[in-house]
Amino acid sequence: MQAFWDALTLNAGYNAALVTLGAAMLGFAAGTSGTFLFLRKRALVSDAVAHATLPGVGLAFLIMVALGGDGRNLMGLLAGSAMTAWLGLLTVEWMARRTRLGEDTAIGAVLSVFFGIGVVLLTVIQSLGQGRQAGLEDFLLGSTAGMLFEDAVVIAIGGALAVAATFVLRRPMTLVAFDPGYAAASGVDVRRIDLAMMGLVMAVTVVGLKIVGLILIVAMLIIPPVTARFWTEQSDRVIWYAGALGGIAGYLGAVLSASAPALPTGPIIVLVSAALFTLSLLFAPARGVLAAVLRHRQFQRRVHRRQGLLALAHDEPIREVYTLRLLRRDGYVRGDGVATDAGRAQAAKIARDERRWDIAREVHQDAGLTGRYDGLTPIEQVFTPDEIAEFDRLIGGPRQVEEV
Amino acid sequence: MGAEFVQFSLVPILIGVFASIACALPGNFLVLRKQALIGDAISHVVLPGIVVAFLVTGVIATAPMMLGAAGAAIVAVILIEAIKRLGGIEPGAAMGVTFTTLFAAGVLLLEQSDTSNVHLDVEHALMGNLESLIWLRASGWASLTDPVALSSVPDELWRIAVVAGLISALTLAFWRWLKISTFDPGFAQALGIPTQAVGFALVVVAAVAAVAAFDAVGSIIVIAMFICPPAAARLMTNTLTTQVWLSLGFATISAIGGYVLAGYGPLWLGGQNAVSAAGMIAAVSGFVLALACLFGPQRTRAGAAAEA
Repeated sequence: MQAFWDALTLNAGYNAALVTLGAAMLGFAAGTSGTFLFLRKRALVSDAVAHATLPGVGLAFLIMVALGGDGRNLMGLLAGSAMTAWLGLLTVEWMARRTRLGEDTAIGAVLSVFFGIGVVLLTVIQSLGQGRQAGLEDFLLGSTAGMLFEDAVVIAIGGALAVAATFVLRRPMTLVAFDPGYAAASGVDVRRIDLAMMGLVMAVTVVGLKIVGLILIVAMLIIPPVTARFWTEQSDRVIWYAGALGGIAGYLGAVLSASAPALPTGPIIVLVSAALFTLSLLFAPARGVLAAVLRHRQFQRRVHRRQGLLALAHDEPIREVYTLRLLRRDGYVRGDGVATDAGRAQAAKIARDERRWDIAREVHQDAGLTGRYDGLTPIEQVFTPDEIAEFDRLIGGPRQVEEV
Repeated sequence: MGAEFVQFSLVPILIGVFASIACALPGNFLVLRKQALIGDAISHVVLPGIVVAFLVTGVIATAPMMLGAAGAAIVAVILIEAIKRLGGIEPGAAMGVTFTTLFAAGVLLLEQSDTSNVHLDVEHALMGNLESLIWLRASGWASLTDPVALSSVPDELWRIAVVAGLISALTLAFWRWLKISTFDPGFAQALGIPTQAVGFALVVVAAVAAVAAFDAVGSIIVIAMFICPPAAARLMTNTLTTQVWLSLGFATISAIGGYVLAGYGPLWLGGQNAVSAAGMIAAVSGFVLALACLFGPQRTRAGAAAEA
């Protein structure tokens, strides 16, 4: 527990603090830029981009070694990974546009083939000589052990640039995400905006290689926006909520991973993110599962209460258990199922409103107003008192009925 | 190309071919149904399934690991469907949420448990270990008829061969159902074909193929073979039967070509060590697909004007 508090307050050592801040910034950047991918329904393109970084890492290493360099220079490796990620991205675009294959097929093909080539390059590097491979495998799952200050600076600058670019481009990107046809008609170059969106994703992916690795970076791009979507209906807010959720997941994940052994940073960040997602899925207002269940229960209650009261009005016996229980709880019927005074009054009102609706449907043949009749909406919410008075006049007063 | 070939290369090549065929067959339908990425998702969740199976049984044995992986695949499919329905989330994102989370859980479990003395790690899961599946007792082509030598053929070969045979038989048996429910679900339902069950069964078969192939060749080949050969075949023809046969051909070519290039390619170029066979097989299948994209006779959408 002490270790956790130390890590949470950035007191668990220089490297841990560095990793934590880096992960939080990366999470924020990934959340904001991933939002547009999600809104554009292209979340998994990021998977292809992420896997396509691997051959770039291998190639950059080989080239740097061939030039007599170290081969482990992070900037060089990231530049290489950006190159092949971009190539992979263009390939996905090209395949989806120019051939009959769907985007999903293009994504899967690029992802597996680029990754395969990357693995081949890794084995080439391994065979070059022992000890020089420098743990390029770390890029698969990320590795925060021994992160340098320069690495953190790279992440911070890259993340900040990605967030800034997201901020600047948020209008056209939102437009393209919601209605590409309209965007094109109003003079936005949809293809260019799409590529810019992907460029952002690629930047975040490359920057995140060091911390979460190329297999799990997808999670940081997808999960926070999906989570944020549960909390708001406004696209502007989704962006910043997603950023915040991503940042929290990054921070907490890094803290947890620093506070105990054998807790790898990347997977922990993803799992924290997934936990936030699950909580939102269950408990978010309006869009959450719990809210939906409650809404359904409430609807059920209204239908049962109304049917019960109508039955009382028509002097029909009620046998449905749930309805009886509801009416009894509201004080509309006694324990033996006989209506109380309040129940009779309520039933008379419901029956009268039902009759008013009948008249209303005859008067207003257009569906505009009467289309809102669902048997549950009180008539006072749809029509003015004057109109209701008019309905009552049409219904007329009580009439003499013959004894049967 | 004599004794040494039989001893070191024959079995891996056969395993590669069978694995490729087992994945390419269901892959045809996944690609046509625009569910290609289910293969991607399945091959990611195989890892947690295997880890859990190992933690429960404590041994690296085939049966529990296959069960664990297949169970994980089914759990993943159900989770994806649940997230899609409960949260009203588009399928791609639901898939992304599910498989990354399960994969992360798998990695975490692996790190937390003491697996240092057994051969179970993430890289192995991704890249497979095709090169190590050699036939030790083989002394030449004659060993193919020698029962003693045959008994030392790695089990993986028989396993993947059985799975490939099983999947072929299932594809044949349910050919009409698969075909109709893939191209026209509405018509299929009118005929009384249980389209939902067919769809689910297809995913389960894909999972079985992925798990069996994964054991021997790792998950990259699995994803590549689900998608690349069927996609390439799709660009060559408009007939389903032809497409499936072509995809099997492409899969076989990729497996053999990839293995040979990985094993002997570096030697031809003056290198000394072989490179990853799994990676190379994926790369060759990508090369085949690239050729099909550039020159396939049916590469554009029907009715679309050929663009420059």
